[in-house]
Amino acid sequence: MSQLKALMKEGVWGNNPALVQLLGLCPLLAVSSTVTNALGLGIATLLVLVGSNVTVSLVREWVPKETRIPVFVMIIAAFVTIIQLLMNAYTFGLYQSLGIFIPLIVTNCAIIGRAEAFASKNNALLSAWDGIMMGLGFAMVLLVLGAMREVLGQGTLFDGANLLLGEWATLLRIELFTFDSQFLVAILPPGAFLGLGLLIAGKNVIDEQIKAKAITVDTPEKAPRARVTSLT
Amino acid sequence: MKLTMASSPHNHSQKSVSTLMITVMCACIPGILTQAYFFGFGVLIQLIIALVTATLVEAVILKLRNKPILSTLNDGSAWLTAVLLAISIPPLAPWWITVIGIVFAIGMVKQLYGGLGFNIFNPAMGAYVLLLISFPVQMTSWIPVEQLLGAPIALTDQFSLIFTHTNSAGLTLDNVRTSIDGTTMATPLDAVKTAVSQSFTVSEAMKGAQFSDYAGIGWQWVNVAYLLGGIYLIKTKVINWHIPVSLIATLAICSAIGYIVSPGTQAGSMFHLFSGATMLGAFFIATDPVSACTTNKGRLIFGAAIGLLIYLIRHFGGYPDAVAFAVLLMNMAVPLIEHYTQPRTYGHGAKK
Repeated sequence: MSQLKALMKEGVWGNNPALVQLLGLCPLLAVSSTVTNALGLGIATLLVLVGSNVTVSLVREWVPKETRIPVFVMIIAAFVTIIQLLMNAYTFGLYQSLGIFIPLIVTNCAIIGRAEAFASKNNALLSAWDGIMMGLGFAMVLLVLGAMREVLGQGTLFDGANLLLGEWATLLRIELFTFDSQFLVAILPPGAFLGLGLLIAGKNVIDEQIKAKAITVDTPEKAPRARVTSLT
Repeated sequence: MKLTMASSPHNHSQKSVSTLMITVMCACIPGILTQAYFFGFGVLIQLIIALVTATLVEAVILKLRNKPILSTLNDGSAWLTAVLLAISIPPLAPWWITVIGIVFAIGMVKQLYGGLGFNIFNPAMGAYVLLLISFPVQMTSWIPVEQLLGAPIALTDQFSLIFTHTNSAGLTLDNVRTSIDGTTMATPLDAVKTAVSQSFTVSEAMKGAQFSDYAGIGWQWVNVAYLLGGIYLIKTKVINWHIPVSLIATLAICSAIGYIVSPGTQAGSMFHLFSGATMLGAFFIATDPVSACTTNKGRLIFGAAIGLLIYLIRHFGGYPDAVAFAVLLMNMAVPLIEHYTQPRTYGHGAKK
């Protein structure tokens, strides 16, 4: 149980693929211009990650060490194809707006990184859990970044959510404020880099604070001096 | 021409950071006044907005970073950034343009990297580029020189254009910029670029009302004023001659070659040197002591590369002026240049 908890903490926070490992930055930066795109790609990556982690873990005994990378890539590519076809069938609008970045999930280093570093050494259950948590960590960063960029760039949230979730989701669209002129940089690639930089900085600040707190809690636990020899 | 640095002991120049910054700001004054004369008092209003915002932002961030506020503010670097940004943006741009620019310049480009002395990019130019790619319409809406406007814009109207986007008669900046016959007056650099892309020749383009013999009316005098300010800076040894001279020489040589090869599509050296932000960039922006090269040989390379980039971007790039992009690109290359131009320390690393 504690292992599952540790994996959860690693994936979502401590070893977050986007904020700490800095893997899979290309799709992260390219499609996070709206929450909907971010959510779509986040879910797609999550599913691929879980599928590939489980499969890699199941076949790990039979794959010779020398050819493991091509095998992993083929497994990942198979899952990406499945996801791509599913999205093509059920969320066609989103499929079109994500475009090349769905097939590019194959090259997402976060996925092959987990296959190599975790799934090829652990059993299927743990690997699935690791995949879910790493995928969640990645999707969360995508979502936050997407929300930041959408709010700053267009003043909306969940614009075009119906492409992903069906017609009812048009209700989700929130218009926060309107501009005379868009803050274009938030939507353009530089905005993604700036936003990611700020997120990483924010995470570091929080980590520092946690560390500082841990130290201040520790100090009073020192053994108190029983005997005072001088009273200066 | 000695490009190596003498070995220690060095004599202290007795200049503090704040005297340097104040001298640079003083050297901007002729340029600012010329700008105010030709383009209206908008530039002064922007200057005030920028200075106030810069003081506030710097103070808030210093407070957050637990740094001494008053003594750091006193070094004047935030104010210099404010001055440089305020004179680079169009004089009648809405007030929030300046505010966003200053917040980004001071907050992100300077303080997030560790404050004065640690920023790898020139704060004013970083902010300028942010504004240019975010708000291309507002950032390119230069009003024509006052004498070309049908009626000069009154000071109160300039205020209300900046703060409420309309003047007292309810006209927007676009209306004001448009002359009676319904055409907007582009800046000289823009006009030449557009004309060439529509397969006119440069000399045909320069028959436009906003041109005089060499460059744009007003613009050339603004550039001359900054040139004078820059010479004063070199004279007082606030900046070294290396960067501006190599920048201007490279730009002049490149545009001269371009003009000889293809006089129809390329403007001559004089046009390039006295248009846009050339002189401001050469003397005030590229010479930023923090983000520029510090070795003399490095400075020559740095300046020359900026000159080349300005020429290339003006001709082949999508934006009319190029100083900000060129400076930022070369700021990135500074560590590399310094690595290869590091002067030899006396007694170490003899030539092989």
